[in-house]
Formats: sequence, C-alpha cells, structure tokens
Amino acid sequence: METVSGAAVITADGSGVELDLARMSVRELNQYLHSELPRSGVRHVSILHPNGMHSLAVGLDADVDVDILGHAGYFIAGMNKQARVTIHGSVGWSVAENIMSGVVRVKGNASECAAASGHGGLVIVEGNASSRCGISMKGCDIVVGGSVGHVSAFMAQAGRLVVCGDAGAGLGDSLYEAVIYVRGKIHGLGADAREEPLTDADTAGLSELLGRAGFGYSPSEFKRIGSARSLYHWNSEANQHY
Amino acid sequence: MCGIVGLMVKSAGDRGSLGPLMAPMFDCMADRGPDSAGLAVFGAAVDAPLRRFSLFVPDDAFDWPKLLDAFRRQTGQQAELNAAINHAVLVSAIEPAALRNWLAECDPSPHLLSVGRHIDVYKDMGHPSDISRRYGFASMSGTHCVGHTRMATESAVSPAHAHPFTAGENFCLVHNGSLSNPYMLRRKLESHGLHFETDNDTEAACRFIEWRMQQGQSLDEALQTAFKELDGFYTLLIATENQLTLVRDAFACKPAVVAETDQYVAISSEFRSLAHLPDVANANIFEPLPEEIYSWKL
Repeated sequence: METVSGAAVITADGSGVELDLARMSVRELNQYLHSELPRSGVRHVSILHPNGMHSLAVGLDADVDVDILGHAGYFIAGMNKQARVTIHGSVGWSVAENIMSGVVRVKGNASECAAASGHGGLVIVEGNASSRCGISMKGCDIVVGGSVGHVSAFMAQAGRLVVCGDAGAGLGDSLYEAVIYVRGKIHGLGADAREEPLTDADTAGLSELLGRAGFGYSPSEFKRIGSARSLYHWNSEANQHY
Repeated sequence: MCGIVGLMVKSAGDRGSLGPLMAPMFDCMADRGPDSAGLAVFGAAVDAPLRRFSLFVPDDAFDWPKLLDAFRRQTGQQAELNAAINHAVLVSAIEPAALRNWLAECDPSPHLLSVGRHIDVYKDMGHPSDISRRYGFASMSGTHCVGHTRMATESAVSPAHAHPFTAGENFCLVHNGSLSNPYMLRRKLESHGLHFETDNDTEAACRFIEWRMQQGQSLDEALQTAFKELDGFYTLLIATENQLTLVRDAFACKPAVVAETDQYVAISSEFRSLAHLPDVANANIFEPLPEEIYSWKL
C-alpha cells in the first residue's frame, strides 16, 4: 500500500486506488483523476463517502473504471471520455452532462437534465430520471430503466433515448434527429414529436442497447418517437401555432 | 439561488434531536444563500390564552428587560420574555392586534416576526452558519422546523426580507425561486385590506396562501389556487402548527429532495445537506413532482 495525493490509497498490485472524500477535497480528487491517474497504470478507482457532493469525476479522459460508492450531487462524471463511471446510489442535476464517450451508469435515480447535451458514449439510469433527461443531446445514447420526467429530449439533435418506463409531458419537444423509444405510457408529446413505426434497424439497435444496459425487455415492447421535421423551416402561415 | 431545509421528528420522545439534526442541514445550505437566513421552529403549544410573539430589533445591545418592564406597566398584561441578542420571544395573553398597536408606539419599534402558540422565528442578515451559532439553532428542540438561506435576486438584503415569512398565526413559508407577478398578488390582497411589511415576492405568496385559508380554503385547496395564481418559479416549504407541506411549480426547476425514515422527514434543496442524518442510507429518498402537494402531519 502507498499513499498518493494525501488520501489516495493504491492497492497492493498497483491496479486499483481508493479515494476517500472524508479525507480529501473534491478538487484534490479531480486533480488526481486528471493528472496522476492517466500516468499511473491504475485501472480501477473507488470513491468513498461522496455524501451528495457535486462535480465528482468530471472531465475524465482515461481508460479506467470508477465506482462512486454512495449518493452523489450535481454534474457527476460531466464531459466524460473513455472512462466507465458507476454511481452506486442516486445523483442530482446533470449527471454525465456533455458526455463524449465511455459509459456512465447510475444505480439509483437521477435528477433533472441527465446526460444533457451529451455527444457520445452511453448513460444508463437504472432507476428513474427526472425532467429534461437528454435535453439537447447531440449523439449520446441514454437508457433509463424507470421513467423520465417532463420535457425529456427537448431539442435533442442526435442519439437515442430509451425509456423502459413512462415518459412525462412534452416528450421530445422541438426534436431534431434524435430518436426516442418508450416502453410505457407517454403523458404527452411535445411540439413536432410524433410516433413512428419501428424499423428493423430500430429493433436491432434497441436490442444491442438494452443488452449493454442490462435490461431484458423485448424491442417490440417499445414505441418509436421521432421528429415530424415541421419546425425545420419557418412557416409564416402558422401564425405562431405549432 | 437560495437554500431551503425542513425537518419533522416523528416521535414525541425525540423532540430534542430537532436542533442537532437540523443545524448541519442549515450550515450546508449556506453555500446556496450566504447573505441572510432564518428559521421557524414549532414546539409544544403554550396554554391558551397565551401566545408566543417573536420580536426583532436591529440592535445587538437592545435592552429587552426594559421593554418587558414597559410592556407590563403600559398594557397591564403579564408576560415572560426570553431574549437572544437582537431577538426575543414574548409569551403573553395579549391579543395580537393590541400587541401590534403597543409595539408601534415603542421607540425603537420592534418587528413582530411571528405570532402563535407553537412558533418561534429567527432571521437576520449575515452568513447562515454565523446566524445558526448566534441563536443556538443546534440546541433547539421542537416538533418541526423550516429554514432558509438567501441569495437575494429580487429585493433588498435586510432582516425583514429574509425568510421565513409569516402570516396569521402558526403559519410560515420559505421559498426558493422568484415570482413574476408578486405586485399583482399584492394589489389584489391590499384591496382586501391586507398589510405588507416588505416588497419581497415571497411575502406576497405567503400572504396569498394564508389569506385563502382565512377565506375558508384548506391548505391543499389554497395551494391549488396558488398553482393558478402564482406566476414564476418556486419550491415552497410551508409549516403550520402540525404539518410540513412542500410544493414545486409546474416547471420544477428549483430543486428539492426528501428523505423519510421512521424517525424523521427531512427536506432540503440538495441531498448533501441530508447526508449526515441517521440511517439516511435506508431512507425513502425522492424528488417531489411538479404541482404535487406533499404533506407530513404530526
């Protein structure tokens, strides 16, 4: 065992490290993850005592597994690249916002704006996600085991949002080219979102995504929601009614 | 941004844990509102016809014994007074209107922060942790409490603009958010003879909801009316003598999280201020849905 960064304890074989937030600050944690970790050969990081703290494990760019052992706060694993981050609890606002690649898995629930603006990678919420899940997503994939709140996938540009439970009102409002799949009840579609038939490509993609996320549902249970593309061009005769 | 906290302890034998459990919640939410703060604590009722009156004078050296002496002589009423620096709780059988008239004649004239058989209110400018220490929040006991840490965005920073706001008796409210139509509400209420103490948006919401209850609505009915009449963003936490009630507006963009166990119901803007609570790992933790009314009763 050796100690680095004050409170990081490396396991005997050098492949794993424990970082205890009861003994180090969030800034020290993230500085370690950004600067020392990529050079260290460490492949697995456990973060202890997150206690709802914000901005944990943001900006990672390393081929590493990170386990956050408890409930965490806002902006967890934001801007993630490569890393596979698992939160063993629930998270606050904007988990995995602007994710670029890698996998972020929330074992509990996620508050609003999960995976907001995500460009790539996969975000899995095993419980429910709150409002605005996948808002402005730009190419990431999101799989929610439970339900999502209102105005999810608002202005979503690319990528896939899979909801195994129900979806709140205003789903897919002002949708661009992202696609939404919902297994349960939809409490209302937003402007320009419409139900479309599932294609073979949808079924294959859903099957692969559900498999990666670890949910045993059949793709045929899902409805596909896409953009009617009627907002793409200004319609002067619509008189502001859409 | 502001922080709200609320706590109700369920067991009558556990009233002494209210302050020790709540004070760290309050300290933690100081990050969300560092300019001023306040707390309303509800406890066992004083015997009727007695009431508790929370008073505030913006002077740390204020002579409270002299005020008590003058009160007894000039009103002919019996009273007890517990002072904490610039705050004091007066316990007396005097009618609230008579007390207001008497306070108005004092120089300086103390602010009447709350009225009721159960409620005490403390609020002041400064860092919430300093305020908590000044008035000994960590050693308070009671059945339930609501607290607020303020980052002012729409009206002045002053003790009077700090939350909780009160109206009527045993009724208070804290608010995270901002209303866009407080003046409309205010003009409506003023036309019914209601009096306002500040230009704060939350005071309008507080008086509006309490006024609806005065008009015969239940709190739930008053909140359904408020959903239609309040325009803006809000998470509201309301306390009466025997309940805590939590609501969020239709957009639900101001946060709230609830943790409930057999021992307590705890409410905060963020989970991190609940992380220290006993057995929180096994608590039922959830985020309130928009325009749903969540109430917990003693």
